[in-house]
Amino acid sequence: MEAATESIRPFLAIIVSMLAIPLIVASGEKRPNLREAWTLIAATIKAGLVFSMLPAVLAGETFTCRLLEISPGVALELEADPLGMIFAIVASTLWLLTSFYSIGYVRGAGEHKQTRYFASFALCLSATIGISFAANLLTFFVFFETLTLATYPLVLHKETEEAKAGARKYLCYTLPAGLALLTAIAITWGLAGTMDFRAGGILNGSMATTGQLRILFVLFILGVGVKAGLMPIHSWLPAAMVAPTPVSALLHAVAVVKAGVFGVLRVTGFVFGPELLGDLGTGTALAWIAGITLTMASLLAMKQDNLKRRLAYSTVGHLSYIVLGAALINAWSWTGATLHLMFHATMKITLFFCAGAIYVRTHKVNISDMVGIGRQMPFTMTAFAIGSLGLAGIPGINGFVSKWGLASGAVAAEQPIFLGLLVLSGILNAAYFFPIVHQAFFKQNDAFPRLGEASPLMVAPLCVTAALSLLLGVAPNIGIHAWELANLTARAVTGGAI
Amino acid sequence: MIESTLPIGVPLLLLGGAIVTVGAGLVRRSAAWPITLVVLVLSALVSVRQLLVVLAEGPLTHRLGGWPPPIGIEFAVDGLSAFVTSVVVVIALLVLLYARDAVRRETPEEEVPFFALLQVLLLGLTGMVLTGDLFNLYVFFEISSLAGYALVGLGSREAPVSAFRYLLLGSLGASFYLMGVGYLYVLTGSLNMADVASILPGLIGNPTLTIAMTMMVAGLSLKMALFPLHGWLPDAYTYASSTATAVIAPIMTKVSAYVLIRVLFFVCDPALRATIPVGSTVAWLAATGIVVGSVMAIAQSDVKRMLAYSSVAQVAYIGVGIGLGTPFALIGATLHILSHATMKSCLFLVTGSVQLQTGRRSLHSYEGLGRVMPWTFAGFTLAALAMIGIPPTAGFFSKWYLVLGGINAGEWPIVLIVVASSLLTAGYFFRLMEKIYANPSPSLKANDPGMLARISIMALGAGVLVLGVANFWFVGEVLQPALPATLRLTGM
Repeated sequence: MEAATESIRPFLAIIVSMLAIPLIVASGEKRPNLREAWTLIAATIKAGLVFSMLPAVLAGETFTCRLLEISPGVALELEADPLGMIFAIVASTLWLLTSFYSIGYVRGAGEHKQTRYFASFALCLSATIGISFAANLLTFFVFFETLTLATYPLVLHKETEEAKAGARKYLCYTLPAGLALLTAIAITWGLAGTMDFRAGGILNGSMATTGQLRILFVLFILGVGVKAGLMPIHSWLPAAMVAPTPVSALLHAVAVVKAGVFGVLRVTGFVFGPELLGDLGTGTALAWIAGITLTMASLLAMKQDNLKRRLAYSTVGHLSYIVLGAALINAWSWTGATLHLMFHATMKITLFFCAGAIYVRTHKVNISDMVGIGRQMPFTMTAFAIGSLGLAGIPGINGFVSKWGLASGAVAAEQPIFLGLLVLSGILNAAYFFPIVHQAFFKQNDAFPRLGEASPLMVAPLCVTAALSLLLGVAPNIGIHAWELANLTARAVTGGAI
Repeated sequence: MIESTLPIGVPLLLLGGAIVTVGAGLVRRSAAWPITLVVLVLSALVSVRQLLVVLAEGPLTHRLGGWPPPIGIEFAVDGLSAFVTSVVVVIALLVLLYARDAVRRETPEEEVPFFALLQVLLLGLTGMVLTGDLFNLYVFFEISSLAGYALVGLGSREAPVSAFRYLLLGSLGASFYLMGVGYLYVLTGSLNMADVASILPGLIGNPTLTIAMTMMVAGLSLKMALFPLHGWLPDAYTYASSTATAVIAPIMTKVSAYVLIRVLFFVCDPALRATIPVGSTVAWLAATGIVVGSVMAIAQSDVKRMLAYSSVAQVAYIGVGIGLGTPFALIGATLHILSHATMKSCLFLVTGSVQLQTGRRSLHSYEGLGRVMPWTFAGFTLAALAMIGIPPTAGFFSKWYLVLGGINAGEWPIVLIVVASSLLTAGYFFRLMEKIYANPSPSLKANDPGMLARISIMALGAGVLVLGVANFWFVGEVLQPALPATLRLTGM
């Protein structure tokens, strides 16, 4: 069915940013331009490598790369399949944009220890691409834990008491989660005799009792669910917002949290599979957790006055959209979930970029202080408006497309209650985003400092991501063929077609 | 068994080295270090060569004085002993690079005795590993212990007291072991390990045998600092000089662990093991030790003492593997001998360097040192991550195999302890790393230590990573062939 080609490209895509780290460190604080050049070069090469695999993957091929064995019968093995490609494309494209933005941000905000910052960032990206291309559970785990570790210095970056507390909280949630995942992986290996991700699952009902498999599922979800921000294990995410905004943007809207939901997708679709999830009833249970999370998160988002915290809660909610799609696990919901993995990224990163631009220019972090900001920063706030309209699910922006898939998935699964929750969440999204846009443009505030836009290094990336959101909303299959990729993986996992 | 002189090569080199060091040291004090370096380099080459020969051609043997066993003393080298010998010698060599400046500054008067004793210690340890005779093992056991007491005693002002305590308890452990050997001798009339192993199956159910085995295990557990027999360790490690700790901590307890493996899995056969409940006892005590050691480590405010308690916990991982005794668990135990030796020596070299360069040793005083000593703390970070068990470091994989072994054995509580203990380890290491990195640097005129010390710290730190990524090469090529056939993974 699928042709697998041996290729070193997935490995190169991972290693390129790791190789940049010594160069970044060697350039150091004394030669910032050279240092940033390494980041940009690595990001460009990485994106190029990922995109070079796209046509073949769309044609039904996959690229595999088996490195050395790390446990009996289990190798550090990579495979670029459609689902992996989706995540890798998102991460590598947005890293490139975030790199430009980061340069503008850290210089604009005068951040300290920029070398450590850029080096950690590069390691995060290696880990993220590793997660997307991991062909088995152990490889996945290695990169998943690396990501946890590489993010820690970034959350800690400001080194204030608040940052230390946020970083500690981050570890307190992610390290135990990693251990739950490790145990689940070891058990799975004992049961199935393999750790490979296989579309449709590697476990089946005859391998253990229903109770045991349910416990195993819970362990897996604890393992990946922390990063996916599932309630009640989400509260590290708002605390981690103490990090510099580009970190929040790329890691806490894209890489780390998406690694979590990507993990959920791998677990439901590639370890358990639709059939077993249905038999165990755990799919429905997970869907309920996701449904509750996405509703609660929206309600909590409304209460936040700090812009980044509001965005954080919004992220928690939208991650659960994806988890919901993974849990309902039919062709529509899977398509919707994987599309939302991509599309939420472009929208949410736009919003975070805006929050960062506002902070660097005006040092304002609270929404109540941003009355009338639209006149001063028209590009930024227009981009913000596009992002928030998209997240609320307004047609014409890509958020609508993925949400449509998820809604159809709820209908196809004959669980109209989730359709209702999705609609409700759309309304709540509008309720917590639109006032920001409204007060920015339609309320007079002559007292607002006349500072104008932030540096073009920051404004350009956020305009690009906003434009991408619009473009993908009108033509979801343009360019990277997102729609087709999502369909490919949905067909492989669920066996059904749209 | 191939007759060869290789098995006595390393102990002879070290014996000769110790004598030459003392002799040359009388003339010129500064000659001690270079002589030791040459001896250790040669020993490392011999031990690695021995490992390669054993892997390629099978076990080697040497009959001392040409007397055939069971009457004569036999040196028998199989994959496991060749592996452990190499670990001991190579780690010692790396620590020796650090030792030149450190010994000169910490114990300037005792430079010559220090290096001579170091070689005697290694002579005892490699002898314990290489010998095929249970009583001869006791002799080497005492040689290494006596050298160990003396080395520990060379430290700070409190050191003699902790060394004396170590001596009392160590002698107790040695006596237990000796009594166990005595009982075995009464039962079997032989002291040669292979010979005893062939006689024991006929004695299953004999109560004397149970007592003999229990005594040997108790004696070895004490030397290994397995909970609750770990009381001597924290003080001994804390007050010894930094070089002594960096040599003794990573390898001495490991050699006792090796002997435990040798006795339980090579001298005893599976049917015999089934009749003696040592395995589960060791596993449970060790599991408790992991928790106790880690909790005590968290409670310490002195970094060196924290690492000492962490050693109690880490050795207990090896104990868990030995106690479980399944193929995966034994891989975990043997791999952890190597991984823990690598990371713990790195960590102790770092605390030593910090103390020498800045005079600091309390947890609190490490604030901001990451900038002051960047290379040192890069090595520290790698080793600390390995201690926690973050993939893909060496420490992760030894725990991974232990977890697989625990699941195979169905010992869920032990699996839970092994997994969850990572959090305790993370607790004390991240607390320290936060201090090191997330604070403004103190205004200090300090720097990374000299080139040699830096090389050894970086080599050990990088080793942790390389060993992790290449762990399966070790498991497949070295550790698997080294274990008894019944305890190998199927299909390998």
